[in-house]
Order: sequence, then structure tokens, then C-alpha cells
Amino acid sequence: MDNGKQYIFDNPRNIKRVLYGLYGCCALLVALDFVIHRHVIHNWENLWGFYPVYGFVGCVILVLVATWMRTFLMRPENYYDEGDSEIEEKSGPNEKYSAETGGKNVDA
Amino acid sequence: MWMLEIPPFLPFFIVAVIAAFTRGTFRGVIMVALPLVSAFHLWMVTEGIHFQFVLFDYELTPYRVDKLSLMFGYVFHIAAFISIIYSLHVRDTMQQVAALMYAGSGLGAVFAGDLLTLFVFWELLAFTSVFLIWARRTKRSYRAGMRYLIIQVLSGVILLIGALFYAAENGTLEFGFIGLDGIAGWLIFIAFGIKCAFPFAHNWLTDAYPEATVTGTVILSAFTTKVAVYALARGYPGTELLVYIGAAMTCFPIFFAVIENDLRRVLAYSLINQVGFMVVGIGIGTALSINGAVSHAFNDVIFKGLLFMSMGAVLHMTGRINGSDLGGLYKTMPKTTVLCIVGAASISAFPLFSGFVSKSMVMSAALENGYDWIWLMLLFASAGVFHHAGIKIPYFAFFAHDSGLRASDPPNNMLLAMLISAILCIGIGVYPAALYSLLPYDTGYNPYDATHVLAQTQLLFFSALAFVWLNLRGMYPPELRSNNLDVEWVYRRFFPVAAQNLFSAVWKLDGAIRQAFVSRLHKSLGYLSGIYQVPNGLLTSSRPAGSMAMWVAIFLAGYLFLSFIH
Repeated sequence: MDNGKQYIFDNPRNIKRVLYGLYGCCALLVALDFVIHRHVIHNWENLWGFYPVYGFVGCVILVLVATWMRTFLMRPENYYDEGDSEIEEKSGPNEKYSAETGGKNVDA
Repeated sequence: MWMLEIPPFLPFFIVAVIAAFTRGTFRGVIMVALPLVSAFHLWMVTEGIHFQFVLFDYELTPYRVDKLSLMFGYVFHIAAFISIIYSLHVRDTMQQVAALMYAGSGLGAVFAGDLLTLFVFWELLAFTSVFLIWARRTKRSYRAGMRYLIIQVLSGVILLIGALFYAAENGTLEFGFIGLDGIAGWLIFIAFGIKCAFPFAHNWLTDAYPEATVTGTVILSAFTTKVAVYALARGYPGTELLVYIGAAMTCFPIFFAVIENDLRRVLAYSLINQVGFMVVGIGIGTALSINGAVSHAFNDVIFKGLLFMSMGAVLHMTGRINGSDLGGLYKTMPKTTVLCIVGAASISAFPLFSGFVSKSMVMSAALENGYDWIWLMLLFASAGVFHHAGIKIPYFAFFAHDSGLRASDPPNNMLLAMLISAILCIGIGVYPAALYSLLPYDTGYNPYDATHVLAQTQLLFFSALAFVWLNLRGMYPPELRSNNLDVEWVYRRFFPVAAQNLFSAVWKLDGAIRQAFVSRLHKSLGYLSGIYQVPNGLLTSSRPAGSMAMWVAIFLAGYLFLSFIH
């Protein structure tokens, strides 16, 4: 299927460029905090770096909690379509699944 | 002018009938023209009551126009127009007819001036939309459609009972502010809540929408929940309970969205999250927050439609929709990728995209009215929505690891529909004054001050940074072929299994009782026959047949005698 053509993100350097661009933007946005005067409504907004920290920590917690939720919520894909007589398994089947896929499928 | 008296649902129903009997280009042309003509007509309509009659002492108002209903009327026309273009290639008459009837029902519901008319369109929404799910023609979609239909019809029945109580309490069926006092208020609230996907009643959405057809999901995402948002905005503005329900709706689905594999189901969870913002806005109940809720509903129809369209394009071209099967599609679907990113930026509320100009109103209103914790939850949900809808959807479909799929961009009509949505997303984001001029209240709100823009940009960029960091550390949950339990487990697994066990226990008990009775009977018969086991005895099993013949003869002779003397 692949015609051997090189696409933009096939080159790891381009991925690096995007990431450095993101880091640069983040640094700039934090720096702007010192320049721009905010019209805050709430005291928390006055805290240094409130929005950046909240966004970062919020997302990390979101992902960690969601990953933890998998341990007791995840079921096989055809869970509801199995034969009607099937009774729910008592133990979480997650070990089997994370083992199968190696727990990581990102290559960025 | 008599033209103005035509309620907007009527042309849709008429064209649906025409679409059922026509094919090809003619049908395409007439279907594309319909929302354009109807929208133009709606633009000319003045506010007020346009159609009213009396039925059994109650005044019914099937066509009432005010700023709130107009707002939804406009966006439903836009949604209908975009989804009709998106589905022009579909040859399935059932889907085309169902889509038109469904859009018409949505329009009917938002212009309904009384609860009975609302109920009729409420149920029509359910009965017409379910065909968009069944049109997939798989066993799964049939079952999902069935569950969807049952829950939707249940909501309608509760609405009807609530409306009857309301009429008894107030002597009128007029659909205005209802409020949570009295049983009628609560019943109607629950009916609206089911359709609005309140927590614990939300699974019909995540269950059914991903099972619908490629084009069906796009249309479904526009109407049902927005009709419910409209109904809440009309009946329950300023109901504090809604603030907490809405905040819960913004937060809990994002956890499910992060670990969900089916990308259209991710969007379904994200739909609940966005509706949560609207519900919070309605709950706060100030002019600013109601404006925020309504304009966010308006924008959500467009950008959520765009996201569903881009995922529909992926499903249409590759036949796959699971994040675990996709990736690397930017190489051969560049246009879809860019359009999807526009939708993702809009839902994430990046400045200059449509989500920003409406969501910030709800957030500001929450802060101004002292809902500090709610504001923090909304802020968390804003970061979360960027995480799962803004990054996850484009990333796992179009980037991530190369799945080896080399599908090309979808047909031109699908691209055009997405392009129109994308232009609207950016247009509203860049020039929000046009949207604001349509809103029910004039608040003079300006989203583009330095404080707002900087805060939102910081929040989003650092959310992106978190995604990158987690990904590079290998801590981001991989896309796995799986099914995550949700509240639906109660009615899809627990109740069926419990009922099965209960019935099997009942049958067992029943069998045992019958067995015991039969064996007792046998025993007593045996006992009796043991006693009377003599030749010619009364209950003996060896009684001669001759004696029976004799007794029959005696009875017949008796009858004969009696009939003579009578």
C-alpha cells in the first residue's frame, strides 16, 4: 500500500520542530504573565502561573485517574454481545489486555 | 401575509414525503434548497404567536416565535443544510426521509408554544431519529436503536404525565417558566433531563450515536440534546440544581473519553461535556449566562457536527473508527485533517475559534456569581475537553503511529459540508458580534480582552504540554480494543442477568412444588387404590368395563324418562 513517499512527520526532525515550537509558545505565554495586566475577578487568578499550572496539573491528573479507571472499568470489546448466559467475571481482566498491547503505542 | 403563517417544520415534513418518492439529482436539489428557503422564510418571521387554536378547553400554540426559539431555529437550519450536503451521496431513501423528518421535529419542538405540542414533537424526535441508527442495518445498531428508542419514549411519557399534572395545577398548557415546585415541575424536569443526557441518564447517547450511520450521527448530534437544552432554557432558567448537574456533566465524561477507543464514542462523551457547559449557564440564570448557554449550543451544533463529520469521513473511507486501528491518515487525507483540526480548535475554545466566544460567557458568569468551585470544575473541564477532543481525536486518527491505511479524502460533498462548518467556526470566532446580535439579551460582552485571551491560551497550551509530556514518558493510556463499563451496565448487564437468575430460581422453585404435588397425588392414589383393591371395588383399577356401559345406559334411560315427563 505504501508507495515509499516521505511525508512531513516521517522525518523525526519535523516532530522535534513542532515540539520545540510548543515549548517556545509555552515559555512565551508564561513570560506574558509579567507584561500583561490582568483584570482578575478571583483571588486565585492572581497566583503566579495559575492557569498554566492548573492546565498542566489538571490534565496529568485527568489522564492518571482515567488510566486507573481502566483497571476496574475495562472489559473485552464484545462484552455486551456475548451469549446471554455469560455472567460477569469477578476479577478485572485488565492484566491480560495491557500485557497484549504492551501498554504503549505512541511513537511521537 | 399568509406565507408567514407556515411553521418551519411543515416544509421539512412535506419535502420528506417528496424525498420518499424521488431519486437522484432532483431529490438532491430539492433537499439542499429546502433549508435555504426555509431559513430565509424564518428570517422574515416576526416575533410573536403565529398559530393558535383551542382543543378541549386548552389553548394550544403550535407556532410561537421569540428570540430564544429563533436562535435554535437558525442553527437547526444550518445543521440541516450542512448534514444534507454531507449526506448527498447516500442512496438510502430511509435515511434521507428520516433525517428530514427528524430535523422538522426538532424545529417543531423549539417553536412549540405549549406542552402538548412539545410532547408531540418530543416523541417524533425519538421515532424519526431511531431510523438513522437502524439504517446501519447491523445487529448491534438494531439493539442500540431499541435501547435508544425505549429511553427516548420513556422521556416523552414522563413529559406527557408532567404536562397533565401541570395543566391540572395551573389550568394552562402554555410552555413558559416552569420551575421546580410541584410534582409537574419535577416530572417535566426529569423528562428534559433524560433527553439532555443528565448524569445516570446519559448512556443512551454514548450507546446509540456511535452505532448510527456515518451521516446519521452527524444529524443526531445536532438536534436531540439541543432541543433539551432549549427546553431547559425556557422552563428552568436560574434553577440552582442545574449548576451542579451541569458541572458534573462537564467533568465526568472526559475521564471516559480519555480511555475510550471508538473515536465517535469519544465525541459522544465530549458532547455531554459541552452540554454540561450549557446546563451550567442555564442554571446560573443571569442574562450573561443564558446568552452563554444559548450561543454555546449554537456553536456546539456546528463544531461538534464538524468533528463528527471528520470522523464520519474516516469511517466512510477506511471502514474503521477505533483509535487502535487508525493513525497516520494525515498523509492521504490532508483536507480532512485540517478541517478536523479546525473543529478541534473550536471545541477547545481557542481564541479566534467559535467555542471561545461562547464558553467564556458561561465561565465569566460562574465566576461573577460566586460559583468558585463550579468555575474550577469548568476550568478543569475546559482543559480536559482540549485533551480528549482537541488533541486525542486528531492525534489518534491522523497522526500517532502509522496504521498503514492509505485512504484518500472523502467525496466532495462531504468535504464541502465540512468546509462550510469550518468557515462558520472561524467566522463566528473572529467576528462574534454577528452571533451576539441574535442572542436573547444584550449584555455588551466582549470576549477578546487581554485577560481572557491570555488565560485561555495559557490553559490550553499547558494542557497540550501535559499531553506531550505524558506521551513522551509513555504514561498516556494507549488505545485498546475494549469496552468501558458505564451506568448502562445496570440495564445492559445487571438487570438482564439479575432477571435471568430470578426467573431461573422461580422456575426451579415452581418445578419443585409441582414435583412434590404430583408425587403426593400419586402416593395418595396409590394409598386409596391399596385400600379399595378388591374386585368391583369403587376405586379399583380393575373395574370391569361392562359396569360402566351399564351405568351409561341407566343415565340415558333416566334422561329419556325426564324428557317425557317434562
